[in-house]
Amino acid sequence: MAVRYADVEQGTEIPPKIYQATRLDLVKYAGASGDFNVIHWSDRIARSVGLPDVIAHGMYTMAQAGIFVTDWAGGDPGAITEFGVRFSAMVPVPDDDTGASIEVSGKVAEKLGDNKVAVDLTARAGGTKVLTRARAVVRLQ
Amino acid sequence: MALNREYVGRVFGPTEPYEVSRVKIADFADAIGEPSELCRDREAAQKAGYPDVIAPPTFAMVISMRATAQVNADPGLGLDYSMVVHGEQSFSYSRPLHAGDVVVATTTIDSIKALGATSMLVTSTDISTVDGEHVCTAKCTIVERGQ
Repeated sequence: MAVRYADVEQGTEIPPKIYQATRLDLVKYAGASGDFNVIHWSDRIARSVGLPDVIAHGMYTMAQAGIFVTDWAGGDPGAITEFGVRFSAMVPVPDDDTGASIEVSGKVAEKLGDNKVAVDLTARAGGTKVLTRARAVVRLQ
Repeated sequence: MALNREYVGRVFGPTEPYEVSRVKIADFADAIGEPSELCRDREAAQKAGYPDVIAPPTFAMVISMRATAQVNADPGLGLDYSMVVHGEQSFSYSRPLHAGDVVVATTTIDSIKALGATSMLVTSTDISTVDGEHVCTAKCTIVERGQ
């Protein structure tokens, strides 16, 4: 069930969820977004420019955080009115069947007017914070 | 290579008009794993009060990239795109993008900073309809890693 504005307060935690990023996900994201930067699909070039592996598009990780918030807020992607993140570490995506796991968690930082709340988000991959200073403003029911 | 600081304040665009389509929204939603029917089912979107299917919030990047790509590819700026990683990103929406929107993007270079061999480029991109209605402002920091 969708969370309601009246039921949340500052500090309300949103249960963490895990999202996968496989090489196929990155290829699909490249095609759908138009971001064909080679470091997101070529091992050869990723390693030649000093990266540990092919890395996920930062925007793919941000999109997962957006889904996390939307899902919690009742499933309307249009309810997010502000959304900002800092990409604090790269997400290496190995060429295997599981790829990288991104764990997103969040909590209500502030109740705003007009049924809106500010949610602070964290995303971790491989034990490292990959999104920091991440915040979404979302309208609840 | 250091970025050309004379580019601070420069404006790129507006881009050619971009028509937001249902198919593109659905493809994007599929690619990120967004399950909402509001991105796929026009009737459901209208029931929720939207004119047509709506785009997930980060879809705005598809449009803002059309303007920032002009910045990144400008030979005078001196950016090596294979050394670029995304530093920060934010979106501020007046409303969601929906199918049928015809929008243009205009990018301003806000700042260029160097931190040792690393350079940071901050841009703001305004996305508006061809009729001048503001839809979204996207702020982007990209980091060019030093060799």
